[in-house]
Amino acid sequence: MSAGVGVDLENLWIRFGDFVAVRDANVNINGGDFFSFLGPSGCGKTTILRAVSGFLEPSDGRVLIGGNNMKGIGPNKRPTALIFQNLALFPLMKIWENITFSMEIRGASAKERRKRADELLDMIALPGQGDKLPSELSGGQRQRVAIARALCAEPDVLLLDEPLSALDLKLRQHMRTELREIQQRVGITFIYITHDQGEALTMSDNIAVMKAGVIDQIADGKTIYNDPSTAFAASFVGENNVFRGKVKRVMGNEALIETNRSGDLVARISSANQGRMKEGEDAMMFIRPEAFTLAPEGASGDHFVTAKVNHEEFEGNAFNIFMEGEGGKELKVSIPNLGQSFEDHTGQNITLEYETNNAVCVPAGELAAE
Amino acid sequence: MKNFSFMRLSLWFYLAIFFAYLLGPLVIMSVTAFNSPGFPRMTPWECLTFEWFGALFSDERILNGIWNSILVGFGTVILSVSMGLAGALMLTQIWPKLRATYYTVIIAPILIPGVVLGISTLVFWDRINRMLGLGADSFLSNGLFLTIIGQSTFIASYCMLVLVARLQRYDIALTEAALDLGATHAQAFRKVLLPFMKPAIASAAVLAFLASFENYNTTTFTFGEYPTLTIELAQKVRYGITPAISALAFIIVVLTVFAALANEANLRRKELVAKARKEATVEELSSGRIRMPGFLSSNWAAVALVVVACATVVVVGTATVYSPQQCIADVQEQKRLETEERINELRRQRDLRRQQQQEAEQGNAAEPNQSQPTGNNSGFGNVFAPSALSGEEEEASEAEEAPSGNNSGFGNVFDPGSLNSGQDN
Repeated sequence: MSAGVGVDLENLWIRFGDFVAVRDANVNINGGDFFSFLGPSGCGKTTILRAVSGFLEPSDGRVLIGGNNMKGIGPNKRPTALIFQNLALFPLMKIWENITFSMEIRGASAKERRKRADELLDMIALPGQGDKLPSELSGGQRQRVAIARALCAEPDVLLLDEPLSALDLKLRQHMRTELREIQQRVGITFIYITHDQGEALTMSDNIAVMKAGVIDQIADGKTIYNDPSTAFAASFVGENNVFRGKVKRVMGNEALIETNRSGDLVARISSANQGRMKEGEDAMMFIRPEAFTLAPEGASGDHFVTAKVNHEEFEGNAFNIFMEGEGGKELKVSIPNLGQSFEDHTGQNITLEYETNNAVCVPAGELAAE
Repeated sequence: MKNFSFMRLSLWFYLAIFFAYLLGPLVIMSVTAFNSPGFPRMTPWECLTFEWFGALFSDERILNGIWNSILVGFGTVILSVSMGLAGALMLTQIWPKLRATYYTVIIAPILIPGVVLGISTLVFWDRINRMLGLGADSFLSNGLFLTIIGQSTFIASYCMLVLVARLQRYDIALTEAALDLGATHAQAFRKVLLPFMKPAIASAAVLAFLASFENYNTTTFTFGEYPTLTIELAQKVRYGITPAISALAFIIVVLTVFAALANEANLRRKELVAKARKEATVEELSSGRIRMPGFLSSNWAAVALVVVACATVVVVGTATVYSPQQCIADVQEQKRLETEERINELRRQRDLRRQQQQEAEQGNAAEPNQSQPTGNNSGFGNVFAPSALSGEEEEASEAEEAPSGNNSGFGNVFDPGSLNSGQDN
């Protein structure tokens, strides 16, 4: 997909006084992509969005939309439309007036506006609701009106600032699919801000993982999940078990880690860090809960972990085993429920096995807060 | 149980006193507008009359004062609401550390006495006028201009307070959304912020107009060639007041009641319409066949408004055909009879006394003559007596000597006859 207009951030710095909100961001967003910025709250992702939409001037670096430098161009002149976190629908205007506000600015007649509003209302599955006021709609309906209003401006780039965070879980999951469908239909670039990794993974073509103003990794969802380049990305996206230790030996794409508690374990070096991990350095190793299988008792080796079981739970699709882990954090293991018999292990030591390919090691770094 | 009912009773009693205190003067003033005596009084009730309204509308100075007040009021509304809005916007945009200081500065005019504002307005613009080398008849020394400017110095602060309250509930994201959708700053202001501020602007405008209309102490320095109603009233009171002023007060009270009821009825209607819209289905909304509540249904304010309007029409209608001349003539006749009777009485007394004197002289027992003190010992003297200047009732109360039964707190100050009787002695 290269039909749409791309957005590039080049060496972007944004400072508020002494506080650095965004540190040297370099992002290349392809036209027509669904691109997400994923990070915990306060990591600077909204700041980036405001810089793209023109409400903030970068302290340094450039924002390019479709290859054009946007410096000094105000938000009303940029080919972007922003969907605000609180939606910011005009409370005193009817729905159809809200949707076609951009046309009113361009001087379109009421008749044209009404016609376009009806088309867009059909698209967002709210036919005939044009005469209501925003306060008369439900949360999900308002959400869709905000999208229609932004699309009515025919932007090249649609910016979404955590638009689903105010909705309840069911609606949120429904809106994910809907947003993705709308994006594929209109074919313009979407830049999506979220702290919810589920939203980012399900909708995005590419994801940038951010931490405290720094972009840790940019890749598609699968890569970020399976091949994280930093400890933060590994621990923020999805559930993960961490093993701390030192690199004992590097063997091509794999490394033997001398872990603090579980002996020497072998893991794949994540592709971004290949050739950069030195023996003796601090390292972290991540294994997903679902990557473990139960091993026969007494088995040992560089891909076996033995620990005491604290407690267990049955989740329906899986059995979860929580074992003593590092630094008071429990080691979580998920065994898929395929109808097999499952005995209680509480208080016993059990041994787990994993495939080397499913363990990934990165240089030691900051972990995401729980 | 008994205790409880006592509590309730005293609560009602308290409320009654409170409202009597609040509304009593207005009621009395309104009633005096319909009583025929030349000085506004409720008792004794003489004749129902509408002549004071006629007198009011034929008083050039009052009419001119009302007109000037309206001109000044509109000017002040425009100037103070725009200054107040600018001030309020500034307050929300200013650097947070400066906000408290800015607020104090902008609120200060409310705390400064109006007299000081009036004098300083006069002095300031006079200086500017001279600096520009303009004459005394220039625009800058025009009474209308000075009054509007002088009043706006503090009324703008009131407006700002009203507007800030609303502005604090404004989500700045709405302006950003408008900008983002291609609007210029001016368009975002006009199409998004201004409609949001409209209710507050309306309240601020009403507030500004009323504050301007009733202002005296600032205006008294600045009015120049344009005396407002308050100035005219103050000047009139100096020469004694007539019920024409009560008539004006009554008209203002009625207009206020009208405005309040109309506003309330409008608010109620909006509420009802919103409720009806909320309950309407999509089909009803889109087809426009939504059943709107009737104007009078479950809207007491609208009912009251209609009742008051009907009452007004009836009163005005009565006023045009009603003539109190017969009643006034009757009252005058009655007064004349009373006076005659009193004169006869006095004559009789005098004759009696003369007889006694003669008897005493005859009996060689001359005693000093004790004259009855008549009088008026009020600090105001007779200033407020309506007849103090006219003296047209002189003949009627010629021989009035004994104090007529007036036990009001003012003594006899307001008794039209007291001056004459004094002269007679």
